[in-house]
Amino acid sequence: MRIFDPHVHMTSRTTDDYEAMYAAGVRAIVEPAFWLGQPRTSVGSFVDYFDALLGWERFRAAQFGIRHHATIALNPKEANDPRCTEVLDLIPRYLAKDGVVAVGEVGYDAMTPAEDEAFARQLALARDAGLPVLVHTPHRDKQAGTRRTLDVVRESGLPPEHVLVDHLNETTVAAVRDAGAWAGFSIYPDTKMDEHRMVAILREYGTERMIVNSAADWGRSDPLKTWRTGMTMLEQGFTEDDVDRVLWRNPVEFYGQSGNLVLDPVPGFVAEAPPAPATFEGSSVLRGVRA
Amino acid sequence: MVAAARAPHAGWLADALAEVRRDPRAADGVFPLAGRRVGRDPLRPGTDPAGVVHGTVDDAARAAVVLALDAAHRGDAQRLAEHLADLYREGDTAERRGVLRGLDVLTLAAGRDLPGPLVAVGRDLAADALRANDTSLVAAAVGPFAAAHLDQHTWRHAVVKLVFQGTSLDAVAALDERADDELARMARDLAAERRAAGRAVPDDLARLTAPAPAADRGPGADDPGGFVPAPTRTAETEEP
Repeated sequence: MRIFDPHVHMTSRTTDDYEAMYAAGVRAIVEPAFWLGQPRTSVGSFVDYFDALLGWERFRAAQFGIRHHATIALNPKEANDPRCTEVLDLIPRYLAKDGVVAVGEVGYDAMTPAEDEAFARQLALARDAGLPVLVHTPHRDKQAGTRRTLDVVRESGLPPEHVLVDHLNETTVAAVRDAGAWAGFSIYPDTKMDEHRMVAILREYGTERMIVNSAADWGRSDPLKTWRTGMTMLEQGFTEDDVDRVLWRNPVEFYGQSGNLVLDPVPGFVAEAPPAPATFEGSSVLRGVRA
Repeated sequence: MVAAARAPHAGWLADALAEVRRDPRAADGVFPLAGRRVGRDPLRPGTDPAGVVHGTVDDAARAAVVLALDAAHRGDAQRLAEHLADLYREGDTAERRGVLRGLDVLTLAAGRDLPGPLVAVGRDLAADALRANDTSLVAAAVGPFAAAHLDQHTWRHAVVKLVFQGTSLDAVAALDERADDELARMARDLAAERRAAGRAVPDDLARLTAPAPAADRGPGADDPGGFVPAPTRTAETEEP
């Protein structure tokens, strides 16, 4: 099973996770820029975070044979803090970088005017940069938030096939599919969506324009949920080709619209062998691997 | 280094270099695009499959852009230095490597006469790269510029860091010429520490524990900024 996890916050995960993901078949990932548990208070904090997504985290992933990409945006929660909104001026610079495959996560948290402004402005940035968009749907008032999201996307003039609307469930999937956008599902241990509910949705709606991610982050989550969903699909009668479509070809087709995916194997990485040593002053990402 | 970028993607790169020579700010758009246009293959895949030690095709392309910038700024070293600092600060890891490799090319062209503003900015950028943990960025900061312009303490720590991160010391320009007794002591201590822990001793440490006699070390080894890279190393760096 080859797996492309199109939404996983690896900054919050350990090297054990990378090893387990590689062993399960994960070869490429996308890490969307989002909020951390602690709110940011300055533009500089975003700059360091974006640089880390494109720099250190990509290096870390490559040490474990995984190709790391990112999406860049001011997230909706922090769009409400005027100390943070100036970062919007810096986002075009990041959208030109290698491995930046979309604008995201954008969308709504509490559906405020400040969120409207940041969302619309970043949809325009995506249009100017020729990039697709990853849209987060809110935890609270999800159905109204999803409808409003689709209205704003329609008004932006972006082609719907450039938009992935994420964190969907049984009550929001139909509207997104009817709009012609890609439907994303975050498989969590016990909240947004689980693998059994996911397989039921795939049975009802088919596998076209359907994208499954782990959305693993600093909360209770599991970076192997993509693999578990694939296994559950096979147990319930889907074919290997169906699984490959949902877990690899669909996300590759969506993010491939950026022209900025790198999917060839990491040069110099040998599977099943201890990775090449990379240590410095005891803060190595590969600490303990060598004899 | 620069010649390597010209071969397979001559069209895009030639156009980009011409544009940079006309308008130096064009480099700001060329720099992030280089990897997508010329590829990211290692320059010496046989011994360096990841392109960490000797760099990549896109490193070489960006170094060529730095040379073009040198022409575009028409000898205004202060403006060139500020532009390189911008490209580094606003760049991702690959772009930062490109600035450092470009400084190497400028150093090889200018030798001891690299203008002061470029030496000052280059030292700042090398110090930043040497604090990083990305092996390719660290390896890009120990080339001919470092050999010529880093102070001895900083340079020794850079060399030992390469050993720590498992990058071949082939990455270091003028290693034999600059290695000194203090570096040999640091290497012996590291080897002893590894043996005491029952861990493998990196082969490269042996290259550091037996320094050349002082007479062969060239002038200014303890003098910050006083070393010109040896001609043999110069030739190697320009190879594809």
